[in-house]
Amino acid sequence: MNLQNLKAGDDILFSGTIFTARDQAHKKLSEALKKKQKLPIDIRGKIIYYCGPTQTPKGKVMGSCGPTTSSRMDEFTPLLLQAGLKGMIGKGARSEEVIKAIKKYKAVYFITFAGCGALLSKFVIKKELVAFKDLGPEAIYKLEVKDFPLIVAVDAQGRSII
Amino acid sequence: MREISADKIKKIVSELCLQANFVLRPDVLCMLKQSFRKETDKTARRILGAIIENSSIAKANKLAICQDTGLPGVFVELGQDVRVKGDLKKAINQGVVLGYRKGYLRNSVVSDPLFRGKPQFGPAIIHMDIVTGNKIKLTVLPKGFGCENKTQLKMFKPTQGIDIIKDFVVSAVKSAGADACPPYVVGVGIGGSADYSVLMAKKALLRKLQASKSKFRILELELFNRINKLNIGPMGLGGKATCLAVNIEAYPTHIAGLPVAVNISCHALRSATKVI
Repeated sequence: MNLQNLKAGDDILFSGTIFTARDQAHKKLSEALKKKQKLPIDIRGKIIYYCGPTQTPKGKVMGSCGPTTSSRMDEFTPLLLQAGLKGMIGKGARSEEVIKAIKKYKAVYFITFAGCGALLSKFVIKKELVAFKDLGPEAIYKLEVKDFPLIVAVDAQGRSII
Repeated sequence: MREISADKIKKIVSELCLQANFVLRPDVLCMLKQSFRKETDKTARRILGAIIENSSIAKANKLAICQDTGLPGVFVELGQDVRVKGDLKKAINQGVVLGYRKGYLRNSVVSDPLFRGKPQFGPAIIHMDIVTGNKIKLTVLPKGFGCENKTQLKMFKPTQGIDIIKDFVVSAVKSAGADACPPYVVGVGIGGSADYSVLMAKKALLRKLQASKSKFRILELELFNRINKLNIGPMGLGGKATCLAVNIEAYPTHIAGLPVAVNISCHALRSATKVI
């Protein structure tokens, strides 16, 4: 999927890889970037999902896994976009600075059904812990998703519907 | 004097944690369905449909309605003619850990607010009230922090009238915007002291939505209508459903003051109660 062709307001079903990361993981990633250290995941061209899932129930691939409030990640986002991040999934509005950076680096901000973690867990087909295990639900998980419902909230031209 | 064992309290708290997180309150679900019926905006209808579907999936599969299973709040009304055999607070916290572990809920609590640390299941925030009688009423409120972060408190002057309070409540919802999972339930606490008004605003969320018995029914409905004209809508994408209800609690206050607190809940307002 070419993210740059998406328009604000588009509904899409995304299939592919996404990485969970929220507050503490963002802090750690941005500290590493500032110190020019190697990141535990290659974020270039990737999509980050602002999500801290519940534990995974026995026999299930994924627990409840809805989006968390994106604005808390605003202060870290321009740096991550500069480093090559291409997409973010969350809920709620973004700051002016983030929207400018999204436009500058041709990225996309998606929103998904907020407060619907049980429903969204059905679209996750694989989950793997990749970094920051000690952070518990705030660790970085690599998720394979199928037909994950997304709405384009800010497109690569900086147009926003939120 | 009636005796209730701490073990029994632990067991019931653990069960309430599961019920609250898996089964959406009937009054909340009812208001969501009503909002869905009233909504004309296509996107808003789709989102409300997903929210309602989510509650069915959660219940049927024993999955948390929302991954943010909250900083567990436990409200205790302890009858003064009850003797708890054992350690009551310890039992409540153990019950929370037991329930959260059993339900594969989220460990969202860090032991140190500044230095954070590894997330745990507890401790809970416990509010204890001594009441008459020989029963114990336990309520678990696993409230997420996306909406808790939008809490506001304002210490008004005693001469400031009701209009400014109305504007304050509406502006608190406006500033929450799309962030805290609208449609919201808006808890308002008027009077008391600073701390007490915030507690009342939260306790207001425990009251049945759109209950006609409230003393502040007219004010609640007026605020409900004003908030639903903000066009924030589900997920902040516009629509009629910005709030499901406004619940107001009030208490006597000081001649020099008029505290007002707003505690917003996301649409996934979860709580479960049991009287023993």
